[in-house]
Amino acid sequence: MTYRIDQADVAHIAKLARLSLSDDEIDSYQNSLSRILEVIDVMNSEDLSGFAPMDHPLETVNLLREDLVVPGLDRAEVLEAAPSAEDNYFRVPRILGSS
Amino acid sequence: MNDEILDWGIRELQRRLESAEVSAVEVLEAYQEQIAIQEPEVDAFLSLDLEAARRRASYQDERRARGERLGRLAGVPVVLKDNLCTINFPTTAASKILDGWVPPYNATVVDRLDEEDAIVLGKTNLDEFAMGSSTENSAFKITRNPHDLDRVPGGSSGGSAAAVASRMALAGLGSDTGGSIRQPAALTGIVGLKPTYGRVSRYGLLAFASSLDQIGPLAASVEDTALVAECIMGHDPRDATSLQEAPPQLLGSLSQGVQGIRIGVVTNLIEAANPEVQAGVEAAIQALARAGAIVEEVALKELAYGLAAYYVVAPAEASSNLARYDGVRYGLREPGVTVEEMMIATRTKGFGPEVKRRIMLGTYALSAGYYDAFYVTAQRVRTFVREAFARAYVSFDLLIAPTSPTTAFRIGERSNDPVEMYRSDVCTIPSNLSGDPAISVPAGVDADGLPIGVQLLGPALSEQVLFRAAFVIEEGLH
Amino acid sequence: MSSRTIAGPARGWEYVIGLEVHTELRTATKLFCGCPNAFGEEPNTSICPVCLGLPGSLPVMNAQAVDFAIRVGLALNATIQRSQFHRKNYFYPDMPKDFQISQYDVPINANGHLELPSGAVIGIERAHLEEDTGKLVHRGGGGRIESAEYSLIDYNRSGVPLLEIVSAPDIRDPEEAKEYVAELRSILVAVGASDGRMEEGSLRVDANVSVRPVGETQMRTRVEIKNLNSLRSLTRALEFEGRRQVQLYEDGEAMLQQTRFWDEARAVTGALRLKEEANDYRYFPEPDLPPVAPDPLVIEARRSELPEFLSTRRAQLADVLPELSRDLRETVITDECWPYLRAALDANITPHRAVARCANELVALLDEIGALSPSRFVEVLALEDEGKLGASQVKVLLREACLDPLAIPELVAKLGFTASDADAVKAMVAEVVASCTQEWSRYLAGDEKVAGFLLGQVMRRYGRQISGSDARQALTRLAEEARAESS
Ligand SMILES: [Zn+2]
Repeated sequence: MTYRIDQADVAHIAKLARLSLSDDEIDSYQNSLSRILEVIDVMNSEDLSGFAPMDHPLETVNLLREDLVVPGLDRAEVLEAAPSAEDNYFRVPRILGSS
Repeated sequence: MNDEILDWGIRELQRRLESAEVSAVEVLEAYQEQIAIQEPEVDAFLSLDLEAARRRASYQDERRARGERLGRLAGVPVVLKDNLCTINFPTTAASKILDGWVPPYNATVVDRLDEEDAIVLGKTNLDEFAMGSSTENSAFKITRNPHDLDRVPGGSSGGSAAAVASRMALAGLGSDTGGSIRQPAALTGIVGLKPTYGRVSRYGLLAFASSLDQIGPLAASVEDTALVAECIMGHDPRDATSLQEAPPQLLGSLSQGVQGIRIGVVTNLIEAANPEVQAGVEAAIQALARAGAIVEEVALKELAYGLAAYYVVAPAEASSNLARYDGVRYGLREPGVTVEEMMIATRTKGFGPEVKRRIMLGTYALSAGYYDAFYVTAQRVRTFVREAFARAYVSFDLLIAPTSPTTAFRIGERSNDPVEMYRSDVCTIPSNLSGDPAISVPAGVDADGLPIGVQLLGPALSEQVLFRAAFVIEEGLH
Repeated sequence: MSSRTIAGPARGWEYVIGLEVHTELRTATKLFCGCPNAFGEEPNTSICPVCLGLPGSLPVMNAQAVDFAIRVGLALNATIQRSQFHRKNYFYPDMPKDFQISQYDVPINANGHLELPSGAVIGIERAHLEEDTGKLVHRGGGGRIESAEYSLIDYNRSGVPLLEIVSAPDIRDPEEAKEYVAELRSILVAVGASDGRMEEGSLRVDANVSVRPVGETQMRTRVEIKNLNSLRSLTRALEFEGRRQVQLYEDGEAMLQQTRFWDEARAVTGALRLKEEANDYRYFPEPDLPPVAPDPLVIEARRSELPEFLSTRRAQLADVLPELSRDLRETVITDECWPYLRAALDANITPHRAVARCANELVALLDEIGALSPSRFVEVLALEDEGKLGASQVKVLLREACLDPLAIPELVAKLGFTASDADAVKAMVAEVVASCTQEWSRYLAGDEKVAGFLLGQVMRRYGRQISGSDARQALTRLAEEARAESS
């Protein structure tokens, strides 16, 4: 099955990914993503139903750590590197509303 | 004297330091001079601190004078790909979104190099977030291939490869998600190892695709590569995917040869390469055969599906791994009235076009309605590829193939065609999908004098045999 | 099944409620890093590269959190299974990686159930591990999210282990929802997984609510109410929401599937004004965390270590006292009371008496229980069972047994209760009435008013040794015997 990606798809996934694209960019990404999807489509030329999906190269389980406290980071140093901070908190613009 | 110093490999350097024939400061000065000459042409570094390196070298000389025993990399000038977290240098992944960010912690591999007394000179250029095969996707600069300054050094670890190839450092660390250590090693004429997944801790490596990423060494010789690999491998409790197995002893067995070792020549990958690369690989095969290896051809058509699966799995994981760059806690922030507008503005300004392309591709592959068709199918391909390898390793101890289908291409030649660029990785991607180790070794040059790389592939945890065979090729082609 | 009547949101309608209870697990450290799991610390003091989502950091699973999850799963009669972590992808500033590590199609616990005091059985669909988010503080505009000028973030809570327990939509009214949460809370506390403090946010409830006409079997459009952080808010919000939904249906208006919040001050639920972006969480297996596959031997060991739950005690009581009232039962099965009652029942004390002494005398003494161990309690009740002590003597003796560690027989002697078995009291009363023949005859003839006089005489003489009520009992019995003899 071949997947066509249209401009609305590109706009939708850009929104999901928190990216803003100009009309030209939407056009150009639609073009390149479509070509990449053609490469990806090679997967569908083989019947793979007999192959279980592989999540990960490792087959280990239960890699757990003990519940022991380990020293963390210095707040002043971390907030110093933050784009905006106030009263020992990270500061961000308001959550709701629009411009 | 300085030129002579640059010729020494790590063990040679260690001997001269131990016998007080040379000091760590003198070694550093030789490299400093080389950097002054080469760096303006090659542009390998994103940050460089030779003053700090000099202080460290001088301190090592004092310790040595006091009779202290130093680490296995004492006095060795090394470079780090700029996607490895370092307290002493900014870590940017060659992205504007992290411009100037200094991590409050070191990657585990950086601590390990430190424990072995390596001298870190600086951080090297890469394709932004390791997404690329030419280092042209860096937001900051283009790194050039020391063998021809109009050509790319490969990527994404192109900065580390170019630095080692131009003798500005003895060894470098890179990361390999689809060939990003092996391909630049091949294109710059040095050795590069992608270890078995889990051999080297990923803690502190800025994640691209977590189930594929692996850190590994690049160096001018097989021996130096083996030594650095020994130093960085081993279990790390901070990485739940790090293997419990003890790290392999590589140096001790390096010269044991390949007598009776069965090597499969992967015909369909060789056919994908240009004739000059094929000739290089053939020379390497001859060298192995002369040393007593049993060489036979094998076709693994399943590997051809790797590229497609890779361009689903890697972008999918990347789309999630790169979500955290949102302007809230570190790095770039662009203004916005609401937090959502701020995030969008920041990510739009901070990420380059290739990173955006892969984030969108991955977002698409994971989104509702497409997950099974893309992500699950790609996971089935991983099993398909892994089983093909498993069958091959019943008959063979190792496989041999080109590292890259071509030698170094011209700057700009493929940068407008992502699909063409992606095809550069067709020979290296399968090992990342299966999690197995592979090493690229120089195999001569083409008619333009550009290096050719040959790749040895082995089953999980086969690094020891890989290095023995790599050493045979290196010796045999000299 | 109980004969509980279902209180619907309106006549002819019933609720369909499913609850998602998020409980913070009482581990020493967070789910994926070694930062302290502490409440009420200074902002951003319990942070590290992992829980701040710094580039390059990796999660490593806390073994204790897995252990708590197993204990809770066993207590909820769930299947404990090999589980996988997934990433739930969405952008929000209190979530440092902009994805949450959670469990998706294969949670560690699945298919359990919880029996309520009413006898109702509520299905548990799953109980899975996930990480908590940081905390937002809104500045300006009265500190409310809708009107704030900007917001501040504290990541101390980021990465704190949560167990999300999801019930089936089996709950049929707000009271039952409250009962479910209370019962669940007692289990979480009993296995040590939670401190159960709702006011500190260690137990947070989201409710999925819909209504339907009684008799209809299909589910209608449901509304999710977020962050119900007390039992009172839970019942009030559900009551309001039920009425709101019935009203909408009866007015023929559209029911929207939406997320609402409970406004405690105005006692209404309101729609959350979040951007209506289709939730596309793009779940995929977390590549940084290997699956968790609990060892069957460990599961069995944890099963054998489970504490006794209220449901077990209810069942044991139902065996000996099937008619016991719910109030009385719930009073005596508490952790404080139950060891005394269990000891008494094991010693074959009359069950009714044992329950009565627990519910009346013991409960009042719990704060000053001191030297009154279950075995001493049983000794006292045995004296009463054997008729050697009267009810009011038992009361005095129990209090004394708390304060004074002397052996019970010595305490009885110290209180002068030695002669105080029922026959002895009768003898004392008989002796006194023998000296008041006139009043005694009037009493026998039916004049109740002289009883006070006779008892006064008895108490004046023997008041230190016997109680008024025992004396009254003896007087009544004596009179009955005398009348029987003369007839
Ligand atoms: Zn932490």
